[in-house]
Amino acid sequence: MASKRAATMLQPAANGLGPPLLRSAWSQKLQYTARALSSQASQPRKAARQSPQQVRYASTETPKEQLGRTGLYELHSKYGAKFVPFGGYSMPVQYSDLSIVDSHNWTREKASLFDVGHMVQHHFSGPGAEAFLERITPSSLSSLPDHQSILSTLLHPNTGGIVDDTVIARLPNKFYVVTNAGCREKDMAYFKEQLETWQSERPDQAVEWTILDGQGLIALQGPLSSQILARVLEDKSVKDLETLYFGQCVFATIKGTDAEVLVSRAGYTGEDGFEISIPSYATEAITQFLLDSAKDELRFAGLGARDTLRLEAGMCLYGHDLDDTTTPVEGALSWIIGKDRRAKGGFYGDSVILQQLKKKSEGGGVSRRRIGLVVEGSPAREGAEIVDEAGEKIGNVTSGCPSPTLKKNIAMGYIKDGMHKAGTEVSVVVRGKKRKAVVTKMPFVPSKYFKQPTTAKA
Amino acid sequence: MAARFNIVRAARQLTSATRPRPQFACQGWQTQQRQRLFSVSAVLKEKKYTEDHEWIEMSADGKTCTLGISEYAAKALGDVVYIELPQLEMDVSEGDAIGAVESVKSASDILTPISGTVAEVNSELETKPANINKDPEGDAWIAKITVSGEPEGKMMSKEEYTAFTEDA
Repeated sequence: MASKRAATMLQPAANGLGPPLLRSAWSQKLQYTARALSSQASQPRKAARQSPQQVRYASTETPKEQLGRTGLYELHSKYGAKFVPFGGYSMPVQYSDLSIVDSHNWTREKASLFDVGHMVQHHFSGPGAEAFLERITPSSLSSLPDHQSILSTLLHPNTGGIVDDTVIARLPNKFYVVTNAGCREKDMAYFKEQLETWQSERPDQAVEWTILDGQGLIALQGPLSSQILARVLEDKSVKDLETLYFGQCVFATIKGTDAEVLVSRAGYTGEDGFEISIPSYATEAITQFLLDSAKDELRFAGLGARDTLRLEAGMCLYGHDLDDTTTPVEGALSWIIGKDRRAKGGFYGDSVILQQLKKKSEGGGVSRRRIGLVVEGSPAREGAEIVDEAGEKIGNVTSGCPSPTLKKNIAMGYIKDGMHKAGTEVSVVVRGKKRKAVVTKMPFVPSKYFKQPTTAKA
Repeated sequence: MAARFNIVRAARQLTSATRPRPQFACQGWQTQQRQRLFSVSAVLKEKKYTEDHEWIEMSADGKTCTLGISEYAAKALGDVVYIELPQLEMDVSEGDAIGAVESVKSASDILTPISGTVAEVNSELETKPANINKDPEGDAWIAKITVSGEPEGKMMSKEEYTAFTEDA
């Protein structure tokens, strides 16, 4: 019983208590349960073979259901992918050619290709689409230009808690919306319910909702992304690329194909890059084409590098850094709330959210805020407590890792209002010991987006 | 987060359930006696591995054992960035988490498969944690323990452990 006793002994100080060697891995980060099979490399052969063992994954999904595969599954296997269950899909966590740190650095120095085809792509169209989306998000969609996209959040009615984070793009006659794979079932139920309510109240404002089932989605990220992408595009599209700025999207044609893809200058790494939405039939061929046309510069990268990259970029992972109880203000996402929306409201949870936006002297503010931390010594992982000098709990870590770029331990978490200012010294408890930490501005690594020159506009 | 720790604990219990454990105090006492038997000590002098991917190696006099993590574990963990070493002179019981290995992807406990007192730690690992990726079964040992008992849990020879990791 020694091991049981050990666990019990350490329980009071359980923050950051790691699992035994090799039994942990992605369980902490990627929100599926810690079964041995899914552990990083602990049983790689079985995972790679897709053995028919029972698997458990994200709590939003029905357990024991067969894991989904994106259209790139076979290609990943060919490139030595190590798969883990994520968001109901079997997704590559890393590839045999590069370690996570190597892959991370490769992305920051050259370019990487991520399969994000597990994410859910939607179209909303019809006369009521804009008003409907403005009801469920705090975004100013009425002022969103064509071919422009923004980060947004789906909100719960009344509470203003975040159902999911999402990117919304305005295309001619419709909105293109991408939501998280891990929230698939929850989002489906949410959209269905909210649309029913909408249609019953506004029968004249029809909304058509389509899910782009099977549509491929890949993310090309890194400083060499644009020159790599240019190699595979038709001449006209190459020209478009030159003035495609961060947050914008454009339909493009791949050389020698009739496939029209949607190229969005966006990403989840803080680097310049693109997310490319590809018709199902062409996803594998185009991905292979990209890899072949940049053999020395472009590599596949998996969820492992994706997580360390996005954390350095200060970006949230839903289910960890944001959840149903978090409002955009608490989540340090007030910037996504549109100007006109602040004045007029008219979105779910507006009374709560607009009140939180007010000054403290006017009864506004929040009790906790999302912040960044740099932690000394041991990395702080999700769940670690943030404490003050007296040892009182003042918050907790929601994501954390050693930063491959900065060679420091970085973390994201929620802290009591008042302690959230950059430079505030706090402690984080890891394995029962207090470790010094400093509240730090995010992104931890400066973003390198390709932004529209401000002078050109004037 | 509670869920995660429960799962971890559940996993621990599952793995330890297969190990024979002393049920009563008197059996523990009997175990203490057994360590003096020549045959048992001789067997322990070769490097032995646990299912949790630690290894131990007994000194020639059978009083101290060196503990580390296996090459397989070091490789699977990837780039190690931090190693939490046990406290010197700390009494440890078999199965205790005596330290931790932090890699980019995860934090993993180091469990001792043997009871005793921590006699020495490899403090070089504090400043050079990446050494554990280079020579985990040699220079990058983690701790030396003055033993007070025999391991009760399942210990494997190199061959058995290799088969175990290939099987997994």
